[in-house]
Amino acid sequence: MAIEIQPEKVQGPGGGDPAAGRPSRPWWLRPAVHTAVLGAVIGYVVGHWLGNFLGSNYQQLPLSDSSDMPIVLGYLLAVVGWLAGLGVFNDPLRQMAGRPIPVEEEDAAAASGLARYFRYSLDHKVVGIQYLVGMIIYFCTAGLFAMAIRTELLSPVHHVFSSSTYIEIVGEHGTMMMMLMTSVIVGPFGNFLVPIMIGAKRVAFPRIEALSFWLTPCAFLILFSGLFLGGFPFGWTGYAPLSIQAGPGADSYAIAFGLMGISIILAGFNIIVTVICYRAPGMRWSRLPMFVWSMLATSVLMVLAAPVLVGGMYMIITDRTVQTAFFTDQLGGSSYLYQNLFWFFGHPEVYILALPGFGIVSEIIPVFCRKPLFGYKTAAAGMVGVAVLSFFVWQHHLFDSGINPDMRPLFMLTTELISIPTGFIYLVAMGTFWKAKIRFTVPMLFALGMYFNFLIGGISGVFLSDVPADTTEHGSFFVMAHFHYTIMGGLIFAFMAGVYYWLPKMMGIKLNQTLGKIHFWTMFIFFNATFLPLFAVGMAGQPRRVFEYASNLQTINDWVSISSFCLGGSILIFIINFVWSTGIVREREVGNPWQSRGLEWQVPSPPPPGNFERVPVVLSGPYEYGTPGAPPVADLYPPAGVISAAYAGSPTAGAEA
Amino acid sequence: MAAATPAATPAAGADAGPSHGLRIFSIWLPLAVIADLLIWIVWGPHLPPGAMSSSASNQQFDIKVMAVLAAPVMLFVLTYFSYALITWRQREGDTEDGPPLHGNTRVQASWITITAGIVLSLFVFGTVELVSSHGAGAGEGPSPIWKPGGTPLQVQVIAQQWKFTYRYPQFGGFETTQLVLPEGQWVAFNVTSLDVIHSFWAYQLGVKADANPGSDNVAYTKPELQGRFVVRCSELCGLWHGAMFDYGRVVSPSAFRSWADATRVQLAAVTKILPPYATTYDPTVIPQLNKALVKAGIGGANGYYYPPQDPVQP
Repeated sequence: MAIEIQPEKVQGPGGGDPAAGRPSRPWWLRPAVHTAVLGAVIGYVVGHWLGNFLGSNYQQLPLSDSSDMPIVLGYLLAVVGWLAGLGVFNDPLRQMAGRPIPVEEEDAAAASGLARYFRYSLDHKVVGIQYLVGMIIYFCTAGLFAMAIRTELLSPVHHVFSSSTYIEIVGEHGTMMMMLMTSVIVGPFGNFLVPIMIGAKRVAFPRIEALSFWLTPCAFLILFSGLFLGGFPFGWTGYAPLSIQAGPGADSYAIAFGLMGISIILAGFNIIVTVICYRAPGMRWSRLPMFVWSMLATSVLMVLAAPVLVGGMYMIITDRTVQTAFFTDQLGGSSYLYQNLFWFFGHPEVYILALPGFGIVSEIIPVFCRKPLFGYKTAAAGMVGVAVLSFFVWQHHLFDSGINPDMRPLFMLTTELISIPTGFIYLVAMGTFWKAKIRFTVPMLFALGMYFNFLIGGISGVFLSDVPADTTEHGSFFVMAHFHYTIMGGLIFAFMAGVYYWLPKMMGIKLNQTLGKIHFWTMFIFFNATFLPLFAVGMAGQPRRVFEYASNLQTINDWVSISSFCLGGSILIFIINFVWSTGIVREREVGNPWQSRGLEWQVPSPPPPGNFERVPVVLSGPYEYGTPGAPPVADLYPPAGVISAAYAGSPTAGAEA
Repeated sequence: MAAATPAATPAAGADAGPSHGLRIFSIWLPLAVIADLLIWIVWGPHLPPGAMSSSASNQQFDIKVMAVLAAPVMLFVLTYFSYALITWRQREGDTEDGPPLHGNTRVQASWITITAGIVLSLFVFGTVELVSSHGAGAGEGPSPIWKPGGTPLQVQVIAQQWKFTYRYPQFGGFETTQLVLPEGQWVAFNVTSLDVIHSFWAYQLGVKADANPGSDNVAYTKPELQGRFVVRCSELCGLWHGAMFDYGRVVSPSAFRSWADATRVQLAAVTKILPPYATTYDPTVIPQLNKALVKAGIGGANGYYYPPQDPVQP
């Protein structure tokens, strides 16, 4: 049977057909944020009505005229309306109807303005910038909550906030940080840079990628709106009987966290397929930049761990609305079930938060050490090892809970084993620094800060892995200091390194380096001044999330609070630098300011649409600094016919021919 | 581009110049020895959670041992980085790249061996400490496998929003808000909850056990010093979690006996109307209420679905 083979058509991202064109409409009719808000409002109203219609027989909430059902359905339909307003469903519906899909307007030279950042854009570079700005906004909002917590803890007995306000703030801070910061590096840098670093012109699933971003503002706003419903009194963990018992703010927690779970599944899925299928010829696995390795490992964790979270959140929602009893022990459920589900996601999640940081620092240090990465395979093995082991450690969060007590030695072992691949990252760094030519640029300073902080965070983690020591440390400020060292000190420092390193690439704009150094030193000093004493506070017996504490701990708590305000001031310096440099001064940076060999630095800044004029042929690894006779990292203009030769199996020979 | 410039002498980098490794080692070794001695002798006896009970001393010992192991590791990394940052800065006007070292099998293999050795010995150490201390004061679930011999004093810890109460089943099952323990006798805490998850944390005793509704979580310790200790809830349990704390006392065995007997008599009338001692309680099952419900004809689902407002909200 003959198969009709059509000649390959030129396609825009997302399968757009250039011939289809797009009717020119005035701006207010084009799908963008304003139509999305309209859609969300309509969706919420419809969902609320539907919930009252369906669920009026369910238990009424105290002090309110509605049950959880209208709130949940309102949120869900608001999300659907938001996405519909953004035009997410337009092209798939067109395709279902058999109509041609018009090419995105962004690809036309005309659409280079700010407007594209407020639309459902299929360009991975636009999505990267959207993520970057979004993540900075989310981070700062959650950071303000952190400072509110520290304000309350200035005194052990005098209260700034009521206990209910305080517990709302704790929950908002924790949840916002933990759920949204999962994408703080994968979102901006993963989406923007991974295709360029592997020599691809686009990502595998631009629609999925864009959708993953546009779910984050929903998750953020829904979580934030929990404050207007009385907040939720259970921190970021949402342990079950409490989260079933809690008021309607818990609905916003469950919906927002679930949405964010979906978002990171989508983001991870896209990156996995992009890395596996879209590498340029010659981009062997042994030449993959370390940052791409970390993105791949992180994405696998996202795709495999987050569904469990989504399931857990779904069960909370059904327990709260249609009165299922997954977590109610009197009705056959179990509160342990939620703990297991949550931490089965939660522990891989903390490595979703750690691995991108490892990736960024490992990517940056060879550039500023002017040396090849020491032990490339060890570094990649470290990331993969951490990713694999992270699925086998979740019950170390439950050492005191009474669940599987005889399994504790096993989880102690797996937890301690994970420090071996984590140690690889340090071995690689130390080997790279050996006899290096170290350049103290701002990104390098942040990378060094990350190594310093994560060392403390990692070593304190070993204390927590030991069951007897954990008995004292569990649930205390010690744990809190530990994970702030790994996440704030590791991930956020690496994020900052990435911003200073790659912003010239992403925006073609240089950040002010002097302000950058001031930002680094203040952030480094005040970060440590804030969190190092908290190890002692925890060891001295202060549990997490309390608003009253022993009065002999006031001095040290006050020190921490004041340091945390200064830390907030340091972040403010960053914001000022960011806004000043990108919005007001706009000093151009077009070349390769760091003399990096990374493939992403071989294209102009900001990268043109389509990243590369032709698919490049990668000739050597990205870290061949100081290697005599090392070929350039890639041939950006391979002669015609080279690509097919590359597919025949010998890319290097093909390129040299 | 600087990246492409070949290094002047690629092979000479390895052996030329001072022996950096030896220097780093000789800076690190005295630092590590001093730090370890300070931790073991000066700091160790004051490390939390103190020595008020068997599990507390056990945890203090664990923390001490791990600090002694961790300090050299941390100091090594810090010494190395400080040395590197001072020695191997790129000097003004130098635009050359460093030596192209891609790896060193011996270094990598020994690093992996050393870290694996430390980790595995920590695992063995932790397991031995967990088993030998009869669960290290942590919650061991309803049927603990590592328990002390003899008959320990049973104390049931009942957590609810937002306080702890204590039942002494060996003394008639009276329930009180005071936690009094005898010195020198093993105590078994049966921790349970009536509503949401709490965590019973007797800080100075080195005991921490989660209180889950509908389940019994046992933790063992042997108080070894008399005095007062703090009890705090260490699992976020709602609005007044921060205010959920009280104090317990460790007293001499004879003082404990007289306190228990006196309290038993004092609370006898209350004990009578309490639900009988059990490892777990269902707060929604109250006999009198049940009777009233049955009389009103709403005692069960009778084979149908519950009316929607019926399922229990814990």
